[in-house]
Amino acid sequence: MADIKNLTNGFIKQNPTFVQVLGMCPTLAVTTSAENALGMGLAVLAVLVMSNIAISLIRKLVPDNIRIPVYIVVIASFVTVIDLLMHGFTYDLWKTLGLFIPLIVVNCIILGRAEAFASKNGVLDSIFDALGMGLGFTGSLLLLGSIREILGNGTIFGLKVMSETFKMYLFILPPGAFIALGLLLAFFNSLTLKKQKKGGK
Amino acid sequence: MGLFAIFVSAILVNNFIFSRFLGICPFLGVSKKIDSATGMSLAVIFVMTMAGTISWMLNQLLAVMGLEFLKTIVFILVIAVLVQFVEFFIKKTSPSLYEALGIYLPLITTNCAVLGVALLNVQNNYNIVQAIVNSFASALGFGMALVIFAAIRERMDNNDIPAPFKGTAIALITAGLLSMAFMGFSGLKI
Repeated sequence: MADIKNLTNGFIKQNPTFVQVLGMCPTLAVTTSAENALGMGLAVLAVLVMSNIAISLIRKLVPDNIRIPVYIVVIASFVTVIDLLMHGFTYDLWKTLGLFIPLIVVNCIILGRAEAFASKNGVLDSIFDALGMGLGFTGSLLLLGSIREILGNGTIFGLKVMSETFKMYLFILPPGAFIALGLLLAFFNSLTLKKQKKGGK
Repeated sequence: MGLFAIFVSAILVNNFIFSRFLGICPFLGVSKKIDSATGMSLAVIFVMTMAGTISWMLNQLLAVMGLEFLKTIVFILVIAVLVQFVEFFIKKTSPSLYEALGIYLPLITTNCAVLGVALLNVQNNYNIVQAIVNSFASALGFGMALVIFAAIRERMDNNDIPAPFKGTAIALITAGLLSMAFMGFSGLKI
């Protein structure tokens, strides 16, 4: 039966970015601004939901030996659909995200959920799982994108929030992506450690 | 663009890991020991050069048939088959290398650097020689970054790191510092 727990798992407890550390390439590459991060997150969410539905539907038809190639073809087809849709409707975003839209195919989160969840569970559960993981991923991307945009450019979604002099360009540049994500990860680790200490007492 | 310019730019200026963010998963996953990092780099150099070349040829074929929108699907299939083929080949010819590479070989399929270089060759309208040079140099840059990073991480094991930073967090910050060093190359005029 469909279980709401499958939905909320992806938000925090099994967050794909900060807990499972999956799908790092797009996480680091496209989070130069909150808008790009949101766009990428939603694209991944859409592919994840569609591929989870499809794979959950065909899970009993696919022989075990060739399941991975089959999953990859299913995912690649949906990525192509999203790629063409974004080219048609959100051309500017499509141009900024560039290479990383076709590269959603090799995003470990999508193949990971197909293999670990959709291939073993019913359609409704798989949709919940995909929504949870996708939203968790979008949320993390949005968080990292907002932090980098505020620190690096003094804006968020293009709106000015900091004074003109407040600009640390480093955070827009590639090294800033690594450092910002590393610090965020350490922050979440420290929260978990504190919780464990409390639980231990 | 000249071949030398493509070569240097792919290794240093547009390093796959530090400036393009391609192949971060194996970069973080396989960089704990220099040995495995070297093995992974060699396998990736081979697969990326082959995949770059073959996918370039297939793209010409797709272009003739007017089916370019299928390139993502075709490329990923080619890469998956190629990795499988390389796996068989290494297993037959050099069982010791096969043992050493272990799980990393099949994992190359989901390395976004491989699909990335295939797509980049097409995007930049490279001819066949340029495509081969670009694929090889990009893979070389990836391998170099991986080995450098593994060496640093081996040393880091002996250091006293604050608990929350242990593992991936400190690795990411180290990568950030390395990436800053690599940014020095972006002023290079070739």
